[in-house]
Amino acid sequence: MSNISKEQVRHVAHLARLAISDEEVEKMTKQLDDIIHYAESLNELNTDDVEPTTHVLDLKNVMRKDQPRKWIDKEDALKNAPDKQDGQFRVPSILE
Amino acid sequence: MSLFDYTLKELQDKLHNKEITVSDLVAESYSRINAVDDQVKAFLTLDEEKAKAQAKQLDQQSREHTSLLYGLPIGIKDNIVTKGLRTTCASQFLDNLTDPLYDATVMEKLQKENTVTIGKLNMDEFAMGSSNENSSYFATRNPWNTDYVPGGSSGGSAAAVAAKEVFFSLGSDTGGSIRQPAAFCGVVGSKPTYGLVSRFGLVAFASSLDQIGPITRTVEDNAHLLQAIVGHDPMDATSVDIDIPNYSETLDQGVKGLKIAVPSEYLAEGVSPEVKEAVLNGLKVYEDLGATWEEVSLPHSRYAVAAYYLLSSSEASANLARFDGVRYGVRSAQAGSMLDMFKRSRSEGFGDEVKRRIMLGTFALSSGYYDAYYKKAQKVRTLIKNDFEKVFEDYDVIIGPTTPTPAFKVGEIIDDPLTMYANDILTIPVNLAGVPGMSLPCGFSSDGLPIGLQIISKHFDESTMLRTAYAFEQATDHHKKQPELGGANK
Repeated sequence: MSNISKEQVRHVAHLARLAISDEEVEKMTKQLDDIIHYAESLNELNTDDVEPTTHVLDLKNVMRKDQPRKWIDKEDALKNAPDKQDGQFRVPSILE
Repeated sequence: MSLFDYTLKELQDKLHNKEITVSDLVAESYSRINAVDDQVKAFLTLDEEKAKAQAKQLDQQSREHTSLLYGLPIGIKDNIVTKGLRTTCASQFLDNLTDPLYDATVMEKLQKENTVTIGKLNMDEFAMGSSNENSSYFATRNPWNTDYVPGGSSGGSAAAVAAKEVFFSLGSDTGGSIRQPAAFCGVVGSKPTYGLVSRFGLVAFASSLDQIGPITRTVEDNAHLLQAIVGHDPMDATSVDIDIPNYSETLDQGVKGLKIAVPSEYLAEGVSPEVKEAVLNGLKVYEDLGATWEEVSLPHSRYAVAAYYLLSSSEASANLARFDGVRYGVRSAQAGSMLDMFKRSRSEGFGDEVKRRIMLGTFALSSGYYDAYYKKAQKVRTLIKNDFEKVFEDYDVIIGPTTPTPAFKVGEIIDDPLTMYANDILTIPVNLAGVPGMSLPCGFSSDGLPIGLQIISKHFDESTMLRTAYAFEQATDHHKKQPELGGANK
């Protein structure tokens, strides 16, 4: 029986890099609590001896030669950037 | 009568005989879009100038081509990256992504077949949703009755084919996003085995579940479009290198002696009587065709939705971390510091459902909760996968309904996430197990809405799945009924 607190919701929002309003915290706390509560139905199953599945196929490590090849050039890479300067992506200052 | 009432083979004959041109086909597409898309709202972006130029060029080329898809108008779900053609995933975050840098592998494959891309199709934002109401632009409507949803997340892809705005389309399916809208819109949609179709250039939602697949009006067309997009791709490390069979060659081999499993959980409480009746009638058709069916159990089915939401949201929370407002997408105008810029850009750019799932996934992966939620769900995934493997030891295919009910009304359940999630209860287990599944029309509700029959087969056994579907389609007329857009049902 989980009970997600508003504080937890704010913490998770920070981890997820989301800014959420007090109103959203309120709504999200209730909705996440409902979903998590529902997800806890999985605890009805004993899975002590069950291996987790990360992928359905029996995948082996896929290796390739480390060879350079043409992909996109700098001009193209910057084409859709919201802000750029001197051939680079421009972001707000990192240090306050 | 529309040109799109013909099958792909019939259209190729007409092209060869010069009865029609590729330009005629493309003009048919846009004239239909102009006539009905203000009601259906399937398209986010159109590419008319380029499509018409390409048609002209194809018409000038030799007709001695071998591709069966030559010149056919196709619509592409907006989470498949198209070079130079706006790709938004129906999200405000990507509203300004008008000039993507590369083509998804499936787009390169379609170019080799010379299909003509008509435009990009609406969807639930980042493929998260079952009704198309989570599109940040507008909600696509069901061509059978525009008061109803087309399903989702590939709602635009299914509605555009049902409304004959395009000949066929591509969608993507993470928990039912091709099969459920195909069922709601009365068309044929298939989700291939995980790993069969390259995901390179499919904007990732849940990487261990996502697959691209074809949506068409007939099973035969579905087999041909699937054939064009499958195959190993070095750009997708989960793409599988296997011999690909010729799917259309075995379509007409019939179902005599076919062993069908019908999971009792798929006809249980929650499945509407009309849907159940349509599926049972469908099984009667198979009996008449010489197949046999028995009830089986997929005992962990009831846990699939919970496991799916934990796993898919966890993967989504990691995948959507790339949307940071630095390299592309919309950056918040309010941005102060770098961290502030990330947070504001994401919060302004993402809709409610996307935020909710990122939050759920971040929670399930966070320190102290990882084992209890994420790992637990992965273990339950193993149990669900084992359920399928066990049934497939004794049976060739699994058949049941695609959805518990026909389409619901716009606005009916959008405010209730858990009820919305339960809508995918019959399609989600297929993604968790990685097996192929498809939906085709098997009847209509008393309200005149389509009902879908779901056919599931073993890993990489698309041939048997398609053959089973083809036999049903040949024996029935459900696929011949068409929505009367602009007519009786407004």
